[in-house]
Amino acid sequence: MQLPAKMIHSLFLVNSSGDIFLEKHWKSVVSRSVCDYFFEAQERASEPENVPPVIPTPHHYLISVLRHRIYFVAVIQSEVPPLFVIEFLHRVVDTFQDYFGVCTEAAIKDNVVVVYELLEEMLDNGFPLATESNILKELIKPPTILRTVVNTITGSTNVGEQLPTGQLSVVPWRRTGVKYTNNEAYFDVVEEIDAIIDKSGSTITAEIQGVIDACVKLTGMPDLTLSFMNPRLLDDVSFHPCVRFKRWEAERILSFIPPDGNFRLLSYHVSCQNLVAIPVYVKHNITFREGSSQGRFELTLGPKQTMGKGLEAVLISSQLPRGVLNTNLNPSQGTYNFDPVTKLLSWDVGKINPQKLPSLKGSMSLQAGASKPDENPTINIQFKIQQSALSGLKVNRLDMYGEKYKPFKGIKYMTKAGKFQVRT
Amino acid sequence: MSSPLLHATVCCYAFECSSFLTNPITYGYMDGFDSAVQCVTVLYWVCDPQMIARGKNASDLFPAVVKNVACKNIEVKKLVYVYLVRYAEEQQDLALLSISTFQRGLKDPNQLIRASALRVLSSIRVTIIVPIMMLAIKEAASDMSPYVRKTAAHAIPKLYSLDPEQKDCLIEVIEKLLADKTTLVAGSVVMAFEEVCPERIDLIHKNYRKLCNLLIDVEEWGQVVIINMLTRYARTQFLNPNMNEDKEEKEKKKTEATAIVKRKPYVMDPDHRLLLRNTKPLLQSRNAAVVMAVAQLYFHLAPKAEVGVIAKALVRLMRSHSEVQYVVLQNVATMSIKRRGMFEPYLKSFYIRSTDPTQIKVLKLEVLTNLANETNISTILREFQTYIKSNDKDFVAATIQAIGRCATNIGEVRDTCLNGLVQLLSNRDELVVAESVVVIKKLLQMQPEQHSDIIKHMAKLTDNIQVPMARASILWLIGEYCEHVPKIAPDVLRKMAKTFTNEEDIVKLQIINLAAKLYLTNSKQTKLLTQYVLNLAKYDQNYDIRDRARFIRQLIVPTDKSGALSKYAKKLFLALKPAPVLESPFKDRDHFQLGSLSHLLNAKAGGYQVLPDWPEAAPDPSVRNVEVKESVRAVETVTARDRGPLGPSSGEDVKKSEKKSKPRIGSSESESEEDDDSESESSESEEEESEEESEEETKKKKKVGNERLENTRTTDIHTHTHSERRNTHILNCDSQPNTIASVQVFDTICKPAWLYMQFLLNPPLPVSVPQTIIPSGNLKTYELLHRITGEGLSVEYCFSRQPFSPDPHMVAVKIQFTNSATSEAKSLHVEDAKLQSGMRIKEFPEIEVLPAGETISVVMGIDFSCSLMFFVSIQPPVGELMMPIFMTENEFKKEQGEHRNQCMEIKQYGPHFDCHAVVQRVTTAANLSRVPCGSDKECRFAGKTVTSGSLVLVSVVTKEDGAAQLTVNCEKMVIGTMLVKDIHQALTQ
Repeated sequence: MQLPAKMIHSLFLVNSSGDIFLEKHWKSVVSRSVCDYFFEAQERASEPENVPPVIPTPHHYLISVLRHRIYFVAVIQSEVPPLFVIEFLHRVVDTFQDYFGVCTEAAIKDNVVVVYELLEEMLDNGFPLATESNILKELIKPPTILRTVVNTITGSTNVGEQLPTGQLSVVPWRRTGVKYTNNEAYFDVVEEIDAIIDKSGSTITAEIQGVIDACVKLTGMPDLTLSFMNPRLLDDVSFHPCVRFKRWEAERILSFIPPDGNFRLLSYHVSCQNLVAIPVYVKHNITFREGSSQGRFELTLGPKQTMGKGLEAVLISSQLPRGVLNTNLNPSQGTYNFDPVTKLLSWDVGKINPQKLPSLKGSMSLQAGASKPDENPTINIQFKIQQSALSGLKVNRLDMYGEKYKPFKGIKYMTKAGKFQVRT
Repeated sequence: MSSPLLHATVCCYAFECSSFLTNPITYGYMDGFDSAVQCVTVLYWVCDPQMIARGKNASDLFPAVVKNVACKNIEVKKLVYVYLVRYAEEQQDLALLSISTFQRGLKDPNQLIRASALRVLSSIRVTIIVPIMMLAIKEAASDMSPYVRKTAAHAIPKLYSLDPEQKDCLIEVIEKLLADKTTLVAGSVVMAFEEVCPERIDLIHKNYRKLCNLLIDVEEWGQVVIINMLTRYARTQFLNPNMNEDKEEKEKKKTEATAIVKRKPYVMDPDHRLLLRNTKPLLQSRNAAVVMAVAQLYFHLAPKAEVGVIAKALVRLMRSHSEVQYVVLQNVATMSIKRRGMFEPYLKSFYIRSTDPTQIKVLKLEVLTNLANETNISTILREFQTYIKSNDKDFVAATIQAIGRCATNIGEVRDTCLNGLVQLLSNRDELVVAESVVVIKKLLQMQPEQHSDIIKHMAKLTDNIQVPMARASILWLIGEYCEHVPKIAPDVLRKMAKTFTNEEDIVKLQIINLAAKLYLTNSKQTKLLTQYVLNLAKYDQNYDIRDRARFIRQLIVPTDKSGALSKYAKKLFLALKPAPVLESPFKDRDHFQLGSLSHLLNAKAGGYQVLPDWPEAAPDPSVRNVEVKESVRAVETVTARDRGPLGPSSGEDVKKSEKKSKPRIGSSESESEEDDDSESESSESEEEESEEESEEETKKKKKVGNERLENTRTTDIHTHTHSERRNTHILNCDSQPNTIASVQVFDTICKPAWLYMQFLLNPPLPVSVPQTIIPSGNLKTYELLHRITGEGLSVEYCFSRQPFSPDPHMVAVKIQFTNSATSEAKSLHVEDAKLQSGMRIKEFPEIEVLPAGETISVVMGIDFSCSLMFFVSIQPPVGELMMPIFMTENEFKKEQGEHRNQCMEIKQYGPHFDCHAVVQRVTTAANLSRVPCGSDKECRFAGKTVTSGSLVLVSVVTKEDGAAQLTVNCEKMVIGTMLVKDIHQALTQ
């Protein structure tokens, strides 16, 4: 009798052309034919991201995530919180990325041994065991070009010779015996602004999603505290497990023993109630006339509330209506591109010079005889603002306790456009 | 290793000559292969499931591979494990060969090896070894190392799925592991509990509070499992916090006039509160599954007023990967039906972007619709207007449905919505029009009288619109409300009759319906038409349609044969039909536990545990109480007098000098002090109290009588208190940055400043034996002060079982002092015995000198008043831990400036202070020397700690109003705080 076994049973990796290129079973083997149900759902879905994350089949449930154009399909047999599986799969992808730099089919195939070793350590009988990157790195060393060469010559392996004591310690996220000649701690405050701007230019919704990513390379067991000038901004946060929650509650100070290497210390959310400043404006005039086979297209961009910092890497993209056959536009700067098949217009603007605002003007040719499209396209904007966090968040100071040396400290701010849309 | 060429070569080798494997690996893996790498690679290909897919079953190699299980190379070993687990089921006999290796591994001194041996052993799915596995799990469950115990917990579900007959035995192990107090084990054992015996909720009672308290430090995956389990537990054990409100609602529905029913005021069980309080911080976890688990816990368990806190966290999750967003939105959709107010402030976060995947768009739309109310409907409708223009037609159709639902739910906007939808009827996209028709049909059913013009408008559409569902809807509308459009209806029927044969089935049925209804209301104009339509239908290819035609003809056309039913034809066809209710598909989905797979699929998944309803009356809450030993405690202070050369024998200085001569104690103390240094001052006093308490318990425990039973109990307590200590530290990590170091070291236990000893005494009955003290080898002796802790002086005691001559009501306790130090100990006596009420003590005469290497016995009597427990403690006041140093005023000021940041305690005192009294009191309280100073208003004292030599600076400043201010600077925070306390006490006496 096969009793319902909980948690994750098997994992299949499916590439964009629908081939299973890796499978791993933690319990008895599940035939790969189970993926047929997944392929069916994939066919039904118009877009790759429309495949439902949870697919019931007669005997199993398939829970999948799509990242880097690879579907990670987990097979489970009975009740389990779907987010549990989804979160775990994303953690697997993050680990691969951490180990191989990229998470592509090629990278996974090249490192198939390490991949199997990792998967073996991450789950025991389908239940997550070691998911912390620092512990995994103690167990299995990440491949580097040098090590690959050395291994081939000398016959040593990727598996750590030492037993992973980190699992036993009270700071399971940090590996032991860390040593660096240059001790450095870098923090990146990256904010993404999500906004919807309506036709008339007024903000419908705007919110800021911020993260503090850290790269800490410090010897020993450093104990860091990070304080902010305006911690009040952070009322909606989630932490890396290393952060001492009580200290934050009481003093609004981040106190933690950092994991070794790169990690996300904190993510926060500043919602629309707090009046988010919109750093860019768009003037647009996109019209289609009834009966005419021509449409007008005019777009001008300009900076707004950027606190003196320039807008960089500006990129405009827009899905034009199906009726548009081609465009004939003139950019005042940068290059533009229109794909007549997908109807995707993209304009790489680059830097915005406030003295000379970039514009894109011209005409669109429409299908002859077809009626006027009833929808105006939405404009998606990407941009970057260096050395500034839009919410105004500022780190006050970083202190280190527990170790004698003086680390090199650095902090960088950046604002990016997240899902920034202008409706026309 | 990444070279594909190597892969290929090795792969060929592996399959073409399996002897290749046998050979090299038996004699060290190097022989046949150039390196371990190749060996490893072969093994990987052998283990690779893709080989099976290509029809290459690697199980032939089983014997060759398994021999390598004893290999030294870790990677080879690991791969053999992988292989073994994979193929053991097919090659059961051979798999047994490897078992002894694991059994050896289970005994390894290294905990990690023990754990991994158990992990592999339990993964081998061979029924024969079930007894071996069972034994291994049982042993590992009582292993010293929490990591091994965790592995044991992981092994339980594996064994259970291999052999369900073992359930009872496994439950015993689970019960045992549930009592474990380490965070490492908690998550795994609850997982095992959920898989093996989720129905045994009674096992949780005793561990409930502990699980709640450990929760925040458990690893994130374990948190999810524990929270889900505790949700179910709480549903069976506590009362519904919203009981009264729910009742009110029901009452309102039933009888509004009923007098106020007696309601018991609801008081939340403190354990219920504990759960809510301890899970709340986890809303800030980075793990979406944890956040969701807490959210569902609050949704199912929290009082209405408190559920709101989860909204913010859920909205934050929406920014995550689209799969996470999908699951979260499903749950938000269900929640927003019941608790709409909770998400209203976040309305705008659910606005839809053109780049969202369709499945996300539809879910967001669902949430927006659920959130719509009279106040926000205008904004929502404006937003919907944008959506209707979208390119994504599935999404547009869903939007139209959503508008329809808003219109039915909110009466005020019904007309606006209807008008909007009617405008959509002239949309170019047929799908949009069809969807609008369907929705308008539903809306019109609510108040058809006022909207005959809309019906007329729709009647015109029949010429153009081709979507069958829409045509059918229009025809149904015209038939149903033919009285409102008496002129148009027959004309529509005429047109339909013409095209009847070309229509879809669903439309044909509606044409027949329309004909029948018109025949009944307006037979003059439509009689012939109806006959014609019915005739066409009679010969239709579809038997449904033929049946319908036959049935209707019998019903409406009166003939001789027609039965009694035809009289009621009008009632049958033109009965008033109730308007359809447009409901959310997420309504009532909350009977599934939120966040579960079953909830997402809206169907019960295998292994789903139903979330029970709240009980009517709360079950006994005392089942969760954990036994606390009841006993009267006595505190007695034994002071060992100084043995050092400086030893002044005056009573006052005893404590001070004792400290001086105990360098070793001092050093261990300074270690622990360092640990505590970083503790925040505010938590200091609390910390100390709890520390003292656990210290008391952790100290040696003693007892007499009932020996065997007691013995086992005592050891139990020991292990528990140890693990408790660990826990407190882990829990406090938040406030104490430096405790990490101290966690591994249990030496805080030996902190002499709070050297408490507790021993359980079971007073033996007085027996009449000669009154002399005969040291008897049979008597069990107990340790009071260990040699190491006592700096060479060890104290043991035993119950001499002889009557105590001075007082027959006292128990004679023989105390034996042994001085194994190099110097003599002087003046051993009992000092300040602090006894609990009812207890008395007869001290032993002072022992003047105890030379080095000598042993001396004394007898003292204690009246325990028949209680079982008392404490012994040697507690030096903190003031004795330091020695005076001389300093000038300037030096003092300079040092004070430098130490300003380290510890500063300020206390205010009332008036009446003169300098002389202050000096006297301070120097009595602490071994400090006065710093000469010019002013009368200020007294300064300086000293340094004996062991670590850190400066201790005290200043008392008298103010104008006679009040005084005390400042202590010391880099040892514990000392500083204690000193402030002591001096403060001395000054206020």
